[in-house]
Amino acid sequence: MAIFNLNINGKQSQVDVDPATPMLWVLRDHLNLVGTKYGCGVAQCGACTIHLGNVATRSCMLPVSGVGNQAITTIEGLSEKGDHPVQKAWLEHDVAQCGYCQAGQIMNAAALLKSNASPSDAEIESAMNGNICRCATYLRIKAAIHTAAKLTTTKS
Amino acid sequence: MESVKTTINRRSFLKVSALAGGGMMLSFSWLAGCNPSAPEEVATLPKEWFELNSYIKIADNGLITLMAPNPEFGSNVKTSLPMMVAEELDIDWKDVMVEQADFFPERYDRQFTGGSLAMQMAWKPLRTAGATARHMLIAAAAQAWQVPAGEITTENGMLHHKGSSKKASYGEMASKAAGLEVPKEVPLKNVKDFKIIGNSKRNVEGVNIVTGKPLFTLDYKREGMLIAMIAFPPAFGLKVKSVDDGAVKAMPGIKDVFTIKTLADDYERNFFDTTSFTELVVVVGNTTWEVMNAKKALKVEWEKIADTTIALAGRGGSKQTVTIPAGLESTEGHLAKMAQMAKKPGKELRKDGDPEGVFKKATKVIERTYTAPFLAHNAMEPVNCFAHVTAEKAEIVAPIQAPEIISQTLVARLGLPKEKIHIKLARMGGGFGQRAYGHHLVEAAVISQKLNAPVKLVYTREDDMTYGIYRPTYTATYKAALDENNNMIAYQVKAGGIPESPLGFSQNRFPAGAVDNYLAEEWVINSNITIGAFRAPRSNFLGAVEQAFLDEVAQLAGKDPIEFRLELLERAKKSPVGKQNDYDPDRYAGVLKLVRDKSNWKGANKDVHRGVAAYFCHNTYVAEVVDLSIKENKPVVEKVFAAVDCGIVVNPDAAANMGEGAIIDGIGNALYGEMTFKDGVPQKNNFHNYRMIRHSEAPKSIEVHFVKNDKDPTGLGEPLFPPIFAALANAIYKATGKREYSQPFLQGKGPLV
Repeated sequence: MAIFNLNINGKQSQVDVDPATPMLWVLRDHLNLVGTKYGCGVAQCGACTIHLGNVATRSCMLPVSGVGNQAITTIEGLSEKGDHPVQKAWLEHDVAQCGYCQAGQIMNAAALLKSNASPSDAEIESAMNGNICRCATYLRIKAAIHTAAKLTTTKS
Repeated sequence: MESVKTTINRRSFLKVSALAGGGMMLSFSWLAGCNPSAPEEVATLPKEWFELNSYIKIADNGLITLMAPNPEFGSNVKTSLPMMVAEELDIDWKDVMVEQADFFPERYDRQFTGGSLAMQMAWKPLRTAGATARHMLIAAAAQAWQVPAGEITTENGMLHHKGSSKKASYGEMASKAAGLEVPKEVPLKNVKDFKIIGNSKRNVEGVNIVTGKPLFTLDYKREGMLIAMIAFPPAFGLKVKSVDDGAVKAMPGIKDVFTIKTLADDYERNFFDTTSFTELVVVVGNTTWEVMNAKKALKVEWEKIADTTIALAGRGGSKQTVTIPAGLESTEGHLAKMAQMAKKPGKELRKDGDPEGVFKKATKVIERTYTAPFLAHNAMEPVNCFAHVTAEKAEIVAPIQAPEIISQTLVARLGLPKEKIHIKLARMGGGFGQRAYGHHLVEAAVISQKLNAPVKLVYTREDDMTYGIYRPTYTATYKAALDENNNMIAYQVKAGGIPESPLGFSQNRFPAGAVDNYLAEEWVINSNITIGAFRAPRSNFLGAVEQAFLDEVAQLAGKDPIEFRLELLERAKKSPVGKQNDYDPDRYAGVLKLVRDKSNWKGANKDVHRGVAAYFCHNTYVAEVVDLSIKENKPVVEKVFAAVDCGIVVNPDAAANMGEGAIIDGIGNALYGEMTFKDGVPQKNNFHNYRMIRHSEAPKSIEVHFVKNDKDPTGLGEPLFPPIFAALANAIYKATGKREYSQPFLQGKGPLV
């Protein structure tokens, strides 16, 4: 066990865990941030996507010891009032069916828009390919990302 | 206007209890059986809320809570079922809050999610619940204002009497209404007067989903809760022999290691008691990661099972026994056995005319055999369940499609009476049929009972994928005969599977009734690999292959595939063969015509290859057209057109969403979906080797069109799934000149072109 000081959603948190513990389980079991989901544990489905700095990262294979000083953002910290352009667009397109994978999809989409403000269909498909939606809401996700891109551009 | 009997008398369903803050509290049992609310339940309800029946609570400020009775697994029943109540209650949807009901059979009719039946089964009871409450609110206002009830109108949660210009909100009258006689009969709205039904409402859980709120069982926590994981045999056909737990018990955070028996050997199972392994090794500890690591370090010795016979309660109270054979099965062996069975005569399910004689004399005969593999459901939320079982009661939070059925199993296994077992219906991270089987509830409850502590049982993805309860593997042989004028004069289907035939419920489906000489036969091969319902059970294979076969028959007849089907449906309408045909030829033809028009069937873009298919299952008619191109030797679905007749569409945008999902799911499973076995071991255990459709492989666009009519609604979760396999196969044929006879079309094979 070891103590780790983490910067999560703009707040300092301290956990005392095995250094190999993936951030996914630190978030879910130790910090009660359960918006980040367990889907596969091997970085194949994207349900556990968080931001490490500005980069979309699979938290199920990121050991807590690998985080260092980098800021972590989870779905709970993406916006204060649930009004991030990606969240708004998701509601506008009523994307979710079961909803389980959507936090991961949203975090991945938000990271994509940070690096590419106006992605093409092909760029969205390529960036989002690691996120499985078993309900297969892929077309609405794509449409919502385009809407979010517009909302972001209009805002800035 | 339609008038419906409420069928419930006052004595059987009303319980009035005085509340401290004034007014009356009304409990209501939608079933005739009256189960009085427990005093603590009444005490915890806000005193300003008035319950008009088990679906409706109205606050004095006009806010309205509608209860969503069915478990939600993504088909959006938490939104669409309350819409039915709201419509007849005549309220503004923006004033509505929706609450998920716990499993409570004394208050709710049918808390089951599956079979695409929610809309159909709720259509009358839920609208009646809304209409009854509205009627009572009007009666309350009539008394208060001393005017005839017939002169009071309602709109958006307001009562209005024109003559006296009196107005009141439902909230103002809720207290009084709650004490009134429940009407024996209430009128329901005409379809043309609907304001909420037929107008898209967004998912009531949308904001909670996009902000990551804890909605799922896996998110559930309780003070002192332990985490449990199970180890089950790595292969079907094995069982636990011995466990060496010494090293594991000493690992950090680990509390205990033990084995459990989930069902007694002589227990008579019900139809949803499917369980792959009744003896399990359990590891319990403080956190998920610690338990996961300990589970990996477990040393378990396994041994082969012997042939086993289990008792199963059959339909209609009959009893049957099922043999689970010993052995370590492989996909290769399955295919060989199925090929053998396909050559032998099957069990006859339906026969019209003289198919054998006609096949001998026909001008043209075509015969084709199709196979499909086992499929894993792969819901995104792995199997899990919270349970806290004490000597007095059991509390369970679970992703479960069929709580009623598993509650009977829990009663038998835990030794607690039914009323002491409380099941909370958490939102499910997908279900697809798999969550109808509640073995995880029994497992979690047994573990909790043993530990006398709250426990959350968690399956890893690997556990979830290799546990079983798969879509069965199937084989079907179709045969058709044409006369010299290219009319289909005989049709034969012989189908079977491991360990279930796909045909048992479907021998009266199209094209039965449209051909003079018809034969349907089935066969079954036993297996120790467990199976269960998977989105459109059996139909997901039959629709896929029958509609691919008919494409080939149409080609042999030199006819357009849509016109060919329409000709057969015309025959079934004008002079149907047999009396058991289970489809309406007009509605079937209707979706084919609609998809023909919407896709501009004959005017396809030159760059795409088109395939069409249509199927009727779960009481809904669907026709689909796929536009396909080949890029870099891979099929690319450019566009899908779907035409659907499910009667009245309650929540159109959400209905389209589900249709889009079913189409993409079908394309994914047709191209990539398969679970294979070697020596009993499932050969895929996570998403690195079980191929799921991803963003870049989804169609570029999908149009879902609904036939507009006033028929009572039927389901949508499943019916768009089966025909897409065939529409895709038929489009691939147009692109490549090669027919696809075995699913999946892509995996483990060479390039398509």
